[in-house]
Amino acid sequence: MTPPEIPLIELEGITKTFGRGEAAFQALKGVDMRIERGDFVAVMGPSGSGKSTTMNILGCLDVPTSGIFRFRGVEVQALDRDQRSLLRRRYLGFVFQGFNLLARTSAVENVELPLLYRGEKKSERHAAAMRALDQVGLAPWADHTPAELSGGQQQRVAIARALVTQPDVLLADEPTGNLDTERSIEIMQLLTRLNGEGITILMVTHEEEMAAFANTIVRFRDGLVERVERGRRTRREEPA
Amino acid sequence: MFGATLLLAFREIRRHLLRSFLTTLGIIIGVAAVITMVTLGNGVTASIKDQISSLGSNVLIVFPVQGDRGRPRPFKQADVDAVSRQIAGVVDVSGSVSSSVTAFHNGQSWRTTVQGVGNDFLRARSVEVESGRAFTNEEESAGKNMCLIGPKVQKAIFVAGSSPLGENIRLNNVSCTVIAVLKERGEGGGPDQDSDNVVMVPLKMAQRRFTGSDDIQYFVIKYDSAYASTAIQDSLVGLLRERRLLQGAATNDFNIVDTAQVNQALGAATGALTAMVAVIAGISLLVGGIGIMNIMLVSVTERTREIGIRLAIGALAREVQLQFLTEAVVLCCFGGAVGIALAFILSWGMASAIDVPFIFNPVVNVMSFLFSALMGITFGYYPARRASKLDPIDALRHE
Repeated sequence: MTPPEIPLIELEGITKTFGRGEAAFQALKGVDMRIERGDFVAVMGPSGSGKSTTMNILGCLDVPTSGIFRFRGVEVQALDRDQRSLLRRRYLGFVFQGFNLLARTSAVENVELPLLYRGEKKSERHAAAMRALDQVGLAPWADHTPAELSGGQQQRVAIARALVTQPDVLLADEPTGNLDTERSIEIMQLLTRLNGEGITILMVTHEEEMAAFANTIVRFRDGLVERVERGRRTRREEPA
Repeated sequence: MFGATLLLAFREIRRHLLRSFLTTLGIIIGVAAVITMVTLGNGVTASIKDQISSLGSNVLIVFPVQGDRGRPRPFKQADVDAVSRQIAGVVDVSGSVSSSVTAFHNGQSWRTTVQGVGNDFLRARSVEVESGRAFTNEEESAGKNMCLIGPKVQKAIFVAGSSPLGENIRLNNVSCTVIAVLKERGEGGGPDQDSDNVVMVPLKMAQRRFTGSDDIQYFVIKYDSAYASTAIQDSLVGLLRERRLLQGAATNDFNIVDTAQVNQALGAATGALTAMVAVIAGISLLVGGIGIMNIMLVSVTERTREIGIRLAIGALAREVQLQFLTEAVVLCCFGGAVGIALAFILSWGMASAIDVPFIFNPVVNVMSFLFSALMGITFGYYPARRASKLDPIDALRHE
């Protein structure tokens, strides 16, 4: 367990430059951020503000050009590709805008996938996948393929896939971007409930309505953090 | 981890059944072609060897050819006797003449060959009697009108089911008594062409009644297997040159054929042919392998996003590589297995169609299977490596 005084995520002077020479483009110009365990953070900002780059770094998919990124006290920028993979496998869950489920593969097999890479036994894999599907209310749909599910259901399968490894952090990149308002609110209520169960959530969104579910809002502009709004959750999970 | 990778590969193949099948078609056809060709080649070789061995083993055939002095000079009985007496290791030796005749019985007629032989000939050439008996020594030396008929002759001029033994048949205008029916030997029995369509009579009778001279057209020698064929041939050449008054540089006006050498030569020829066809089939197998690489490369591009997902949820680069490699190997092994099954059916069917024995060759089957697995590794490696090198962010963004 991480000692309580160490924040879950710490960014210090993170910069990220894409390209070289004349074509070089600095996407992040020195980002500082702290995220505490159990927080629900919405990352907002216009396109090109650096929010996606920050999320990629937070998701250990990319490394900063300079600066320090500590995750559970470990300096991630010093890790190699495989070590970062193992970090993702153990502590992180991903939810994407486009759901990114494997086509022609049943919901339960999609959810099982991360456990396969962990090398868990078939029976445990299946049981854990069914538990995760149950958490998102899709247990009866376990044998359906993505094509047989609605967008909202697909996103819930994707959330179940992110949950199945019992991660510390759930990273959601525009999770409601492809859904209508009603389904979006359902997804946000699900995320809020999961956050209530102890999972730290980092979400990129450009919809104020969805950001309203978050506890902390981080606003980006021109590669820098413009403003952090804490403790401003305005919407709560509605009783089922 | 490997079990999981295998599972992922199977799931992937199941997701793209038709494409997987089409991909492996090249391997299936290649493996099936190689195995079928080798199996049929083995069958043909065995069939030829079988026919050659019907000539008898440790057998030399000696016949006159044109020498320095013009026309071939035939042998005489004295030559045969000299060989029998003077050359160590000779077990049986018998001269032979043959002539085309028409055989008659009960109003039926049949074109056949009458062959004058001695009992030694029957032993040397492994001619066996189906029913009846061979000549007695007295019948042989006196040249009695007795004959052994081949199964085709029996079929042609005798009523089915009736025994020809003791019956008289007429060969042109010579009457003789059937004392035996020969066992079927199959075609290609050497210089007498169809060894089942023959009437064998004592040599002296054939010379007296059909060829009209005491010439011998060729003679056969069976030698003791303890002696080397070359040693026997050397002393044979020496003896015959002396008897035929060939001196100094004069070329031999006779030829000695060793059935074992014929056997070897034919075996080498069919072996070379089989190898050549197998190489051509092997090339099609290689093309099949390149087809797999092509599809795997397309598959990597098409599944870029999926690779991104796998990487994002924590797959290691080497796990992605192993997955793609396993997919290629599983596809190739599957193709190999189906190819082996197909080859089994094909070669069995074709072997019976062209009437050669079906000889299952475990080595070529196992080798083909291992080769297809090896091709899976070879041609799966590059696409798998490419997949594992993908950047997860770019891969996830890929449309």
